Amino acid sequence: MPQVCIGEKSDERAAVHELSIAESLLGILVEEARNHGIIRIRKVKLQIGELAAVVPESLAFCFELVSRDTIAQGSEIEVENVRIIAQCLRCDKSFEVEEQVFLCPECGGADIELISGRELCVSSIEGETGE
Amino acid sequence: MAQIKVPVVRNILQANERLAAENRRKFDDAGIYVLNLMSSPGAGKTSLLEKTIEGLAGRIGIAVIEGDLQSSYDAERIQSKGIQAVQINTDGGCHLDGNMIQIALDSLDLSEVDLLIIENVGNLVCPAEFNLGEHDKVMVLSVAEGDDKPLKYPLMFQICSVLLVNKIDLLPYTDCDMNKIRERARQLNANQKIFEISCRTGEGFAPWLSWIEEKVSGHKKLQRAKN
Ligand SMILES: Nc1nc2c(ncn2[C@@H]2O[C@H](COP(=O)(O)OP(=O)(O)OP(=O)(O)O)[C@@H](O)[C@H]2O)c(=O)[nH]1
Ligand SMILES: [Mg+2]
Ligand SMILES: [Zn+2]
Repeated sequence: MPQVCIGEKSDERAAVHELSIAESLLGILVEEARNHGIIRIRKVKLQIGELAAVVPESLAFCFELVSRDTIAQGSEIEVENVRIIAQCLRCDKSFEVEEQVFLCPECGGADIELISGRELCVSSIEGETGE
Repeated sequence: MAQIKVPVVRNILQANERLAAENRRKFDDAGIYVLNLMSSPGAGKTSLLEKTIEGLAGRIGIAVIEGDLQSSYDAERIQSKGIQAVQINTDGGCHLDGNMIQIALDSLDLSEVDLLIIENVGNLVCPAEFNLGEHDKVMVLSVAEGDDKPLKYPLMFQICSVLLVNKIDLLPYTDCDMNKIRERARQLNANQKIFEISCRTGEGFAPWLSWIEEKVSGHKKLQRAKN
C-alpha cells in the first residue's frame, strides 16, 4: 500500500503544531533579515488573533528551540493580540465578537464576514546590520 | 553596527497557504470535490468514511487520504472496501499540511475520482490552522465527548461547513444535550449544516449522503462551466 512518512528527525517530534508554526516563522525571519541586511535579530513583533488556534507561550517556547544556533537565537518575541471583529453582511454593522457569539448584535444576522481575529503574522523585525 | 527596525507584514502560514492553493488548482482541474474531515481521536472519522463509502458506492468515484500519527490501520480499513486509499504517517505531528497532501497525491490515480476525502489527524485544535486545498471542512463530534466542545474549540466550529454529531445511538447513556450543541454551534457558525448520525446503526445518513452528492455534482458543473 502506498505509505508516506513525514518527519524523519525524531527529535523534532512534537504533538503541538506551534512547532511547525515556529519553523515557518524562523524561515520568514531569516529571509527578511537577509533582505534587509540584518545579521543579528534582536526583537520580533507578532500579531496573533484571538481566534487563532495558537498558544503564544507555546509558540515562544518552540521558537526558542528552533532558533538555536541561528541569527534569531535569543531574540525577544512580542505578541500583540488582535481582537475578533466581524461585519454583518445584512446591515453592515461592525462588531466585536464576545463570548464566542458570531451573530450580529444589531439585526441578529448570521451572515457575517470576519474582519480580524485569525491573524498569525509577523509585523516587524529589529536587529543589527553589518555596517 | 547599526540597529534597525523593519516593518514586515507577512502571514506566518503563507508557505502552507501557497501549497494549499496549488492543491486546490489540481483538484479543480481534475473536477474533484475535496473534504477535510476533522475530529478528536475516536469520534468516528474512519467509521463515517466506511459508511459513507457504502452509501455512495457505484454512484461516485471516491478516494481517501488517511492521516495518522502512526500505523496504516485506517487506510487498510478503507482499502478493504475496494477504495483507493493512501496513508500519511505524520510521525507524531498533530496535523496534516499542504505539503503532505501534495506528496500523497503522487500515489493516487485521480482519473476516476469525483470525491476525495482527507481524514485528518485526530485533534480539534492543530488541523484548524492548516488548509489543505479542500473545498469544505467537515467535523465529527461524538455525543460521548460532551456538549461543551463548541465552547472549547471555537475556531474549529467557526471554519467547518458541516458538523456531524455522531454516536447518537449512545445518547440515552450520556448526559449530552443535543439542544445545547445545536445552540452553541449556531452562535459560532449559524450557516453550519448539522447532521445527527450513528455510524453504528446508520441512522441519519440519508441527508448527509444527499448533501455530498449535491456538492459533488455542483462542483462538477461549476468546473465544466469554467473550462
Ligand atoms: N456506539 C457507537 N460507536 C461508534 C460509532 N461510530 C464509531 N464508533 C466507534 O468508535 C470507535 C472509534 O471510531 P473510529 O471510526 O476509528 O474513529 P476515528 O475518529 O477514525 O479515530 P482516530 O482515527 O483514531 O482519530 C470505534 O470503536 C467505532 O466502532 C457510533 O455511531 N456509535
Ligand atoms: Mg480514524
Ligand atoms: Zn446585522
